Amino acid sequence: MTLRSDLNIIQGWISPESQVLDLGCGQGELLAFLQQHKTCRGYGLEINPDSIVSCIEKGVSVIEHDLNDGLADFKDQSVDTVVMTQALQAVRRPDVLLEDMLRVGNEAIITFPNFGYWRTRWYLLGKGKMPMSKTLPYNWYDTPNIHMCTFADFEALCREKGLTILNRTVVDSNHQEHWSIKMWPNLLGEIAIYRVSR
Amino acid sequence: MPQQIPADSVGIVTPQVARFDEPLLLRCGKTLDQYELVYETYGQLNADKSNAVLICHALSGDHHAAGYHSMEDKKPGWWDACIGPGKVIDTNQFFVVCLNNLGGCSGSTGPISINPETGKAYASDFPVVRVWDWVNSQARLADYLGIETFAAVIGGSLGGMQALRWSIQFPERLKHCVVIASAPKLSAQNIAFNEVARSAIMKDPDFHDGYYLHHGVIPKSGLMQARMLAHLTYLSDDAMGEKFGRELKTDGIQYGFNPEFEVESYLHYQGEKFSTSFDANTYLLMTRALDYFDPAQYTDNDLSQCLSTAQCKFLVMSFTTDWRFSPERSEEIVDALVDADKDVSYARIESEKGHDAFLIPIPRYLATFGAYMKRVAKELAL
Repeated sequence: MTLRSDLNIIQGWISPESQVLDLGCGQGELLAFLQQHKTCRGYGLEINPDSIVSCIEKGVSVIEHDLNDGLADFKDQSVDTVVMTQALQAVRRPDVLLEDMLRVGNEAIITFPNFGYWRTRWYLLGKGKMPMSKTLPYNWYDTPNIHMCTFADFEALCREKGLTILNRTVVDSNHQEHWSIKMWPNLLGEIAIYRVSR
Repeated sequence: MPQQIPADSVGIVTPQVARFDEPLLLRCGKTLDQYELVYETYGQLNADKSNAVLICHALSGDHHAAGYHSMEDKKPGWWDACIGPGKVIDTNQFFVVCLNNLGGCSGSTGPISINPETGKAYASDFPVVRVWDWVNSQARLADYLGIETFAAVIGGSLGGMQALRWSIQFPERLKHCVVIASAPKLSAQNIAFNEVARSAIMKDPDFHDGYYLHHGVIPKSGLMQARMLAHLTYLSDDAMGEKFGRELKTDGIQYGFNPEFEVESYLHYQGEKFSTSFDANTYLLMTRALDYFDPAQYTDNDLSQCLSTAQCKFLVMSFTTDWRFSPERSEEIVDALVDADKDVSYARIESEKGHDAFLIPIPRYLATFGAYMKRVAKELAL
């Protein structure tokens, strides 16, 4: 099984035999991979009916749950790693959810699109309109991405909450790394993958 | 009557009877020295006996879950939507067993059976059985059929409670547990509804303390009222609105108190039909079994501790407009299973059909349930 490149980076940060909670787990690719290759255990939370069916088909334990309702059903420090890919910007209170992730898990792995990417900045500057791109394909009025932020914003939030950034990988929209992105991540990176702990 | 048997039906089925002479000690302390269980099976038991699925029925259900008894049958079994070749519980893969529970009135030993000690119907002398007892008797039926382990134990509503009980009572005897539109215990409101139903039956002048059969009568009116009330709780406001609205069956309003609205006449029809086909004492028993069900009472009301003994994997499903056993009740089960670190998947199915949705072929319900059953078959290499 080949894993999407961003998920491949994430799985590298997850220890074998650990407990994983995947928020917005989609079709369960990451959890299925972790179960098969790293004997991890865990649950995916998802609200899309078709995705839930796909998870079940893969043998992934999936629970229908809206992330906006928080993680109150999960006990403190009950899993090793809480993963959330491309959903931080779509929840009502990203800051509250981030806290909750690190209440439930020892570590959190988070990916989100960078609103500080140079093309996004250029789009807004040049056209004077809300940016749209491959990573951000929605109109301002129908986008699920209600809390866009830049890498600088996210890192400021982590500092404010006293969280430690253990790893950060910044990639382009095809999840590839490049030396120039490493030099100027907030300008040239489109998607960031953060690993944080308290 | 079916003009011809549909291709995805299990076809014509014949109920069978298993007789047990080994006494069964019941939760209430009484013993049933001998009893019979009537059951049906669909599909073939494979050589290593690993493909058996047990279906547990709800309050008014019975052993006839799928197919037809004859070409004269108007309707197939109660869960025909889900059981058959190529259906969610695929009889090409699984050997499906469904029985009428002890205390039932469809052939298994119950209040209408003859008490060997008196030569008359048990009536009120039939012991008050609990879910615990049903699961024990179902395990005996499994022994009788040579089934050591079920691939899955499945049930909706009161049937879901039996499935859940299985996972605790015989953890090593099932691989998967499917709990649909159920709850870990009844709420005060649920018990209250049951009490109104029981009260209607017991206040019927023909009830005779439950010995009505000895008097050659049945408490028809009481049972009818009980069913009308219960039936209401199975439907959602929206489903009733959609089905009946405020339609009148009479020509304009009549300024009287006989049924005028379609919904009234529907309820009367349902009550009437039920009151002549179901036994009142069985109804009392079944509602009591519901009331008493509370597996966590033995573990300090800690449901996750109670479920920690389970070894199987779980699928839990609920329906959005089910107010009898609402999604929140299913989520109590899911939360406890997560807490106990069990393998569980959960889907909250959008439906306007209320509690009855678990009997209805709703596309998303079938897709989710079907995906899970495919996984069961795959894991067991069926």
